[in-house]
Amino acid sequence: MRTIVGNLLISCLEWFGELGIFCARLVKAVITPPYEWRELIRQCDALGALSLPLVSLAGSAIGVVLSLESRDSLVRFGAKSLLPAVIVFSIVKESGPVITGLVVSGRAGAGIGAELGSMKVTEQIDAMEASAVDPYRYLAATRVVACMLMLPLLTIAADFCGIFMGWVANTLTDPISLHLFLARGLKDVAFSDYIPPILKTSLFGAIIGLVACFQGMRTKGGTEGVGRSATSSVVLSSLFIILADVVMVRLILIFWPNS
Amino acid sequence: MQAESQQNPIDVTDLHKSFGAQTVLDGLRLEAREGETVAVMGRSGTGKSVLLKLLIGLEPPDSGSVCIRGREIGKLGVNELNEIRKKMGFLFQQAALYDSMTIEQNVMFPMERHSRMPPADRKKRARELLTGMGMEKDFDKLPSQISGGMQKRVGLARALALDPEILLFDEPTAGLDPVTSAEIANLIVDLKKKRQMTAVVVTHDIRSARTFADRAVLMDKGKIVAEGGFDELQKSEDPFVSQFLRNGC
Repeated sequence: MRTIVGNLLISCLEWFGELGIFCARLVKAVITPPYEWRELIRQCDALGALSLPLVSLAGSAIGVVLSLESRDSLVRFGAKSLLPAVIVFSIVKESGPVITGLVVSGRAGAGIGAELGSMKVTEQIDAMEASAVDPYRYLAATRVVACMLMLPLLTIAADFCGIFMGWVANTLTDPISLHLFLARGLKDVAFSDYIPPILKTSLFGAIIGLVACFQGMRTKGGTEGVGRSATSSVVLSSLFIILADVVMVRLILIFWPNS
Repeated sequence: MQAESQQNPIDVTDLHKSFGAQTVLDGLRLEAREGETVAVMGRSGTGKSVLLKLLIGLEPPDSGSVCIRGREIGKLGVNELNEIRKKMGFLFQQAALYDSMTIEQNVMFPMERHSRMPPADRKKRARELLTGMGMEKDFDKLPSQISGGMQKRVGLARALALDPEILLFDEPTAGLDPVTSAEIANLIVDLKKKRQMTAVVVTHDIRSARTFADRAVLMDKGKIVAEGGFDELQKSEDPFVSQFLRNGC
């Protein structure tokens, strides 16, 4: 039993150690020239544009669910007029960023893990290195930076869809104009309230990109290994997003107490 | 610069490499002289492909040295190593073509990264190289749409894209029918005549190796057990050498 726990601990420490070395190589690749602008734009397009429909749909669903679930409770306490504010606050501050992070982790994380894993087992990454092209710079850095840039934009799209569909669900049972809904929802909110939750999704993007690239580029064992990399990319990045969210919420409350 | 040109293109001394408890290379020594094509042969799992990866710096040695034109690559930084890699071409066993790119883009890729040629010239050169490999009708195909033999030709065109001084081939004829194998072997012979490149070819295919190699080395248990011209090796009384050559021919 002790041996099993010991081995598990050693594997865990090895994993984090290798991740640390991977991060160091990646940071160096990101900050030193030459920069892979064309590949970065391609990755932003692939990640942002292709995730947009899914993220919008998830945001919309959250808006509808929040509207339906919150209505009964608020009516019971005679606070029905607060429904727009509840929807806007919970979507912008928590649901939007986390749902976007998890959805992108499922779609892009698995995609990156499988793509790089497949490149690894078919020696395409070795071929790139043999051609004097740094795969950390060309493959990993571009994907991580694209995730960091696109997550905030996708979160804004998810927030917009969630609030809009929250209004649609609300107005079907209790008609209210969009203008009034937004006025009530945004009444006590300053623009600065939106910044920390949206920016924290950049960290979620970094987690998705890092974990997926790391798992993909250390793939071993043929197609089975590729499958394992894709699955572990999603599982680990989702887990780290949730953990990072806990830490970030606490930090935001410390550094932006009024947000 | 002059000193560099006087060195052998490839000099390997006392090379050791293990993966866990498995010793793959055990004090290997190899040299390839200017313009020479060396065939590296031996049973499966004797470390031939690992040797090629060590030659281009894809794997670090445990001990010993790999010198390319007198520069020990284990002691170089990434940028210096990449400068050396630009002068080397590598044909992988499964060609390792980038599967999201067309074959033309595959050949253009190293030029896009390292050459200052205008895009039109890069395209022209890629097409010339592919045409030289008999792939003139397939520029826009994806690697998955062409056969294994064609993939190797494209891999060879990509390896030649930067006009390398040294070429490394990992099983260029493995898994191919005899006709395609002979075509690939002839391509290597043509390259040798036209470009005078130094090449190390890992192969099991003794028949093809005879057509393109100036010298052969035979590996067993991570070491070179015999080397020389094919006629010379044929006369060897070493039981392993004679059995290998007899069964391989």
